[in-house]
Amino acid sequence: MIGLTHYLTVAAILFTIGVFGIFVNRKNIIVILMSIELILLAVNINLVAFSVFLHDVVGQIFAMFVLTVAAAEAAVGLAILVTFFRNRGDIAVDDASMMKG
Amino acid sequence: MTSFSLSLVWPEVILAGATLILLVLGAFRGRGGVVFNGLAVLTLAAAAVAAVVGPQGRGFAGGLVADDLAVFAKVAIYAASAFGIVLGDRWLARKGESKFEFPVLILLAALGMGMMASAGDLISLYIGVELHSLALYVLAAFRRDDAKSSEAGLKYFVLGALSSGLLLYGASLIYGFAGSTHFDAIAASVQGHADTGVLFGLVFLICGLAFKVSAAPFHMWTPDVYEGAPTPVVGFFAAAPKLAAMVLLARVLQEGFAEAVEQWRQVILLVALASVFVGAFAGLAQKNLKRLWAYSSIANIGYALIGLAAGGEAGVQAMLMFMVLYMVDVTGFFACLTALQRDGRPMETLEDMAGLVKERPGLALAMTAFSLSALGLPPFTGFFAKFYVFKAAIGAHLEWAAIAALVGSVVAAVYYLRLIKVIWFDAAPSATEKPAVSAQAIAIAAALFSFPVGLVALIWLDPLSKAAAAAFGG
Repeated sequence: MIGLTHYLTVAAILFTIGVFGIFVNRKNIIVILMSIELILLAVNINLVAFSVFLHDVVGQIFAMFVLTVAAAEAAVGLAILVTFFRNRGDIAVDDASMMKG
Repeated sequence: MTSFSLSLVWPEVILAGATLILLVLGAFRGRGGVVFNGLAVLTLAAAAVAAVVGPQGRGFAGGLVADDLAVFAKVAIYAASAFGIVLGDRWLARKGESKFEFPVLILLAALGMGMMASAGDLISLYIGVELHSLALYVLAAFRRDDAKSSEAGLKYFVLGALSSGLLLYGASLIYGFAGSTHFDAIAASVQGHADTGVLFGLVFLICGLAFKVSAAPFHMWTPDVYEGAPTPVVGFFAAAPKLAAMVLLARVLQEGFAEAVEQWRQVILLVALASVFVGAFAGLAQKNLKRLWAYSSIANIGYALIGLAAGGEAGVQAMLMFMVLYMVDVTGFFACLTALQRDGRPMETLEDMAGLVKERPGLALAMTAFSLSALGLPPFTGFFAKFYVFKAAIGAHLEWAAIAALVGSVVAAVYYLRLIKVIWFDAAPSATEKPAVSAQAIAIAAALFSFPVGLVALIWLDPLSKAAAAAFGG
């Protein structure tokens, strides 16, 4: 029988992968965008699992809001990435280092 | 019931409606301009009036709260946003990048920040945070042909999205283990004994919000974003969003987790003292003034957090007073940076300020006032801001934290005094250009507020902030 704990574990694993994807990844900013998406989806699994477990629909409504905002966030992120690429001609993470100190 | 709910959100309705109209108007005209910006400022003024005269209560099944705290925060936020629009107008025109999107984005950010100030559950908290963050990411990258600006936008976006993820993960855990997204239901569930899952979620939520207020150890984006983003945008960044996130944090902690105060107090104190010391020591090495004030803002958020950690009505009042007085200083300082230009490029480094007093005595005096105020010297408002915080800390038996923060502010004094020394005693390399009237006016007005107008205003701000802090029922 698959219970709440299993869902929470999967979500926790996805969340951890997402966070590590942002910090460990040194190559590509697109991968960072994917990691952010992974974090948000982990949260959605959490919300829906809790919603079913609690017999409370609010969790699923919350998940809908998260999905919508995630789409807007990806749009804004990609737009900023495009301006960055236009200025630099590259999207490597290590290149984002004009400012230090 | 629904009509009552709607009457609570008049400020948001006005802002959202006017923003959409302005967006369409701008898209058809294809350019902004003084009239366009004036309409945006008028919208903010109308929203502030609606917040003040509108009814109070809870609406949308408890999702949105309109109380004295929300009104206090909203008026301050809308005012700071209006100054952001006025500052940006001339500065961007001078760079040839005057676009109608600028006031529209600031209005959207103001809408989000207003929602943060009146969030009553985790969903409206998240929507408010995201609404203001998404607008701020774009504002940071507003000069899209400037490599630094787009890099600042990218860094802000990546770390901001990560912080939203942390915040959201915390919110999902709190929802699951407390059984509700409403702050009052959460408060009922942590009564007596708080579940480990809920506390775990709370720590994630605090981390997410600490990112937004740029408190150490989540501050690493701040110097880079401040350096790269357009100067008037930085003046806006450093003021309104910080207040909104602090009010939100106060709401979550005081409304949802008032019973678990022993658990979160340690976390907030740790973050607060780390911010004070990181801000003080790392600021010493900075040559760029925008980076310097980024570290200064990290340290100042630390003081505000100490007020919050003290808890209770006095603590929240101290946080509100501190943030509002600090907002005036920081807006004024960035107004000075916005106004100044030498040989066709902005004056952003410490050396650029050499001998400013001989050429622009007004702005030099204003910058001196802001530095002394941020340092916390007695006649200036910054002293009273710190006084409130330390009084609240001592009232909550956190004397050691107050002493540690005092040590931090002595260290930070070094860089403020160095700036003053460069302005007053070093020789100027070349002449500065004529500053924009609007930025200069804002700078002088803010300087007059930090001394002496602010002293009079304190008499009137004190009861207002007290009433706002009393919104939590003590």
